[in-house]
Amino acid sequence: MSTHEQFADDLCLYALDDLTGAEHLALEAHLQECPACRRELQALRGDLGLLGLSSSGPQPPARSKERLLRAVAAEPRGVSLPAPAAAVAHRSWWWPLVPAFAALALLVFAVVTWHGSVGLKDQLAELRNRNQDQTIELDRTNQELRLLTSPDAVHVALNPQKAAKEPSGTAIFSPTRRRMMLMASNLPAVPQGKAYELWVIPTNGAPIAAGVFKPDEHGNAVVMDHPMPEGVEAKAFAITIENEAGSDKPTSQPVLIGAIG
Amino acid sequence: MGMEPIKQSAEARGESADDMRLVARIRAGDQQAMSELYDRYGRVVYAVALRVLQDTSAAEDVLQDIFLQLWRNPDAFDASRGSLAAWLAVISRHRAIDRLRKRKPEVDIEECVIAGGPDLGDEVERNLVIEKVRSVLAEMNPDQRQALELAYFQGLTHTEIAEKTGEPLGTIKTRIRSGLQQLRAKFAG
Repeated sequence: MSTHEQFADDLCLYALDDLTGAEHLALEAHLQECPACRRELQALRGDLGLLGLSSSGPQPPARSKERLLRAVAAEPRGVSLPAPAAAVAHRSWWWPLVPAFAALALLVFAVVTWHGSVGLKDQLAELRNRNQDQTIELDRTNQELRLLTSPDAVHVALNPQKAAKEPSGTAIFSPTRRRMMLMASNLPAVPQGKAYELWVIPTNGAPIAAGVFKPDEHGNAVVMDHPMPEGVEAKAFAITIENEAGSDKPTSQPVLIGAIG
Repeated sequence: MGMEPIKQSAEARGESADDMRLVARIRAGDQQAMSELYDRYGRVVYAVALRVLQDTSAAEDVLQDIFLQLWRNPDAFDASRGSLAAWLAVISRHRAIDRLRKRKPEVDIEECVIAGGPDLGDEVERNLVIEKVRSVLAEMNPDQRQALELAYFQGLTHTEIAEKTGEPLGTIKTRIRSGLQQLRAKFAG
């Protein structure tokens, strides 16, 4: 499986609900982009499910089932499927009446079959309706796809006239040269005494500070040619707001974050 | 990372048909199917929640919550991917951890997709699988087993486990991961 080795430990922790902060965000960003790691996460959950099954314990209290079924009954939904008909017991002294019973049974069978047929017709109609809905949905999706892939499609970004634009940034780094740079735009001004701080999130260990900066009056900022920490394999970059003197660990939620790969 | 899903999906093997029928009936609004589902898996869900929470009342609440959510939204379980028993166990643990950490549910049941795993729809098969999981745990290096159990059943974070055991964080992460790899390997053969 072509999962990314640098995320392997974090995927286990994520599946265990044990990943927080920048690492959590970095992994979620990566999962959005990486089907192999998504599949691995699902497989890890399957493993954890097996682990859960190994638990032994008492039956839940009987009242628990009653409570659940009461709650279920209070929220009826759909149509209950008919219970299978119970077998009819016969007694030997009824034998002379068998033809009469047979005729009656035939009548009952006919009525039940007719009802069943009506039920099946209802279900068929329901399926037809669903099929039609899905066909309509598919047509709509195809139309949208054709528009998006049309060669002459023009993309125009619309933004609120007064609202600030979303901040964005690009980190560029070279693992061999051990250098990096950052370009960011639309960063909101920071409060007095605060600044933005760039973080390298390594595959193992805590985020590493990679420079403090303040954007210009237009919200643009560039961190030029900054050295990458020696011996560190980066898996993501993040920007947080810290004291302008810089912090040795992130103390706020990332304003921007991006995973490598 | 060299870890493969344990086996192909239940649907691909044509197994767990009873579970799929049950979910289909629940989808159709059949309340009796909920009763049958509870009889089949109520104990699993309760056992996981109880082991994490160590509190019968809280475990019962988790049990109620999960089954009621499944009643309200049966499509949350993707029957084509993994087994219903394993999925319920995973959801039960998530909800129990949420309660343990006194926070709102962090994982939406619809987003909690699982994949792979052996057939668990049949009770006999399920019991064999459970025994096999227990044997993997019993054969595991004690440090690995401890890390996995503290993380899974006691809901400790890897940082808390490192503090508790005095081991480095990286060691704890490796133990958890390799423990899960051993479990998967046992079912892959």
